Amino acid sequence: MAKKESNFLNMVFTLFIVTALAATALGFVYELTKEPIAAAKLKAKLEAVSLVVPEFDNNPSDEMYTIPSDLGDLECYPARMGDELIGTAISTITKMGFSGKIIVMVGLSPDGTIIQSAALDHLETPGLGTKMTQPKFKDQYIDKNPGKENIKVTKDGGIIDAITASTITSRAYSDAIQRAYDAYMKGGQK
Amino acid sequence: MNYVIIIIGAIFVNNIVLSKFLGVCPFMGVSNKVSTSVGMTGAVTFVMVLATIVTWLLQRYVLDPFDIGFMQTVTFILVIAALVQMVEIILKKISPPLYQALGVFLPLITTNCAVLGVALLTVQNEFNLIEGVVFSIANAIGFGLALIIFAGIREQLDLVVVPKGMRGIPIALVVAGLLAMAFMGFTGIV
Amino acid sequence: MNQWKNFSKGFFKENAVFVLLLGLCPTLGVTSSAINGLGMGLATAFVLVMSNLVISLIKNLIPDKVRIPVFIVVIASFVTIVQLTMEAFVPSLYDALGLFIPLIVVNCIILGRAEAFASKNNLVSSLIDGLGMGLGFAMALTMLGAIREILGNGSIFDIRFVPEDASTMLLFILSPGAFIVLGYLIAFINRLNKSKS
Repeated sequence: MAKKESNFLNMVFTLFIVTALAATALGFVYELTKEPIAAAKLKAKLEAVSLVVPEFDNNPSDEMYTIPSDLGDLECYPARMGDELIGTAISTITKMGFSGKIIVMVGLSPDGTIIQSAALDHLETPGLGTKMTQPKFKDQYIDKNPGKENIKVTKDGGIIDAITASTITSRAYSDAIQRAYDAYMKGGQK
Repeated sequence: MNYVIIIIGAIFVNNIVLSKFLGVCPFMGVSNKVSTSVGMTGAVTFVMVLATIVTWLLQRYVLDPFDIGFMQTVTFILVIAALVQMVEIILKKISPPLYQALGVFLPLITTNCAVLGVALLTVQNEFNLIEGVVFSIANAIGFGLALIIFAGIREQLDLVVVPKGMRGIPIALVVAGLLAMAFMGFTGIV
Repeated sequence: MNQWKNFSKGFFKENAVFVLLLGLCPTLGVTSSAINGLGMGLATAFVLVMSNLVISLIKNLIPDKVRIPVFIVVIASFVTIVQLTMEAFVPSLYDALGLFIPLIVVNCIILGRAEAFASKNNLVSSLIDGLGMGLGFAMALTMLGAIREILGNGSIFDIRFVPEDASTMLLFILSPGAFIVLGYLIAFINRLNKSKS
């Protein structure tokens, strides 16, 4: 077949057809992947929740509610076994990280005791600040109650040993958890 | 205050070339001479700011209301390609000297990932229009800064004896690595 | 043309990263681990093969002057397909690659191959060219990722072979390491290519 001529009508027509085809194809793929994407997102959320609270049998994502804090609303995911509230996973945030924001998921029991915590999203230096995801650091917070104990790092008079060479990150982690606790105890229980 | 953080963050802390790795192709390609680097920076600034404004408006008033976010990549890249063409035509008409200076760089910009990258980052960070403009200008300055420093070093590099296998691109990459290391010194200041 | 030569040129002789120096942004940006490099490489290879395929099919229907915009639309569509599919089925890799997935669209290799090869050659040659170039790119990214992960994290494909507490050469998974490792790797490949010919 010979090459099409480059006249104005031809060009507009071709571009229009190609773009329309592309849009249709993408719309189709979008519809196809819509559900798997939603499912993947839900799964990731539930996985993060189950990292920080004991086993539950409800769907914490359905019961999600928000509580106010000084850095915007925090999402709370109540975990229940039977009908009893066994813990609440709170997605909390700090801006004190070495490279800005750190998002931490922390599980609090109804009286505010820390069950477990996990950093979800951060830009900390690989190999230094990222050690906050290791048990050696984050397990220090387990069973502590920020209302009774000072969960700051030892340099600030608290009880948490900071990660070597990453005091700022450690400080930020404590800050995030404290924020979740404060917001939760100010009437965030449900 | 917010704007200061955006500006310092984009120029130094998360430098678009040395820390985010956007726009590395022109960074390696046109950084032989300081004068060409200045020209390239001018062209990139021009297109980057325009593209950020247009894509922001499109995202806000077309893609979001109609819920067709999946067309984002297609729309943005078409807008950038069209903008580059338009800028080229307009410059040729109204300011021949400026066209002389920037003209050769314009076609290269369509495939400069820095432009699309900044447009996408502006949407991702949920900036408003003014923040978006400030962000794109700061990134363009960051791009220029890295490019011009690097070109200066490369001009000096031509005068020294480099081992045969490392001549040209390999030594340039190692130099870029050292420059990136220097920029890492800015981490943590915002 | 000899199809085997057409396929294999993408690996060393005309490797997109090491020899043509195209697509450096994703090459440097996502190779902090071998698995990220491989994922990015395969995603790019898929887009390259599919866009080569479509473009060689429709090349005669397109007026010359709107050639580039049409190519861009085709490429951007496949990139979006890859993006949506990855978000649905490999969310962790999707998060790790982040911004660099939509940026596949401005990877100079893809538009370069479309313009230089697929718009001039037949279907089979274009397919093989795309496959060779794409896998060559994936190989380069995996190599770079593996080297950086070994030096910087003491692991390969997430399997750690040094003790948990041992300190590793962090520099290599940070941004300077990307430039430095690629520089030495290119010098090495240049030397290999030279001694062959």
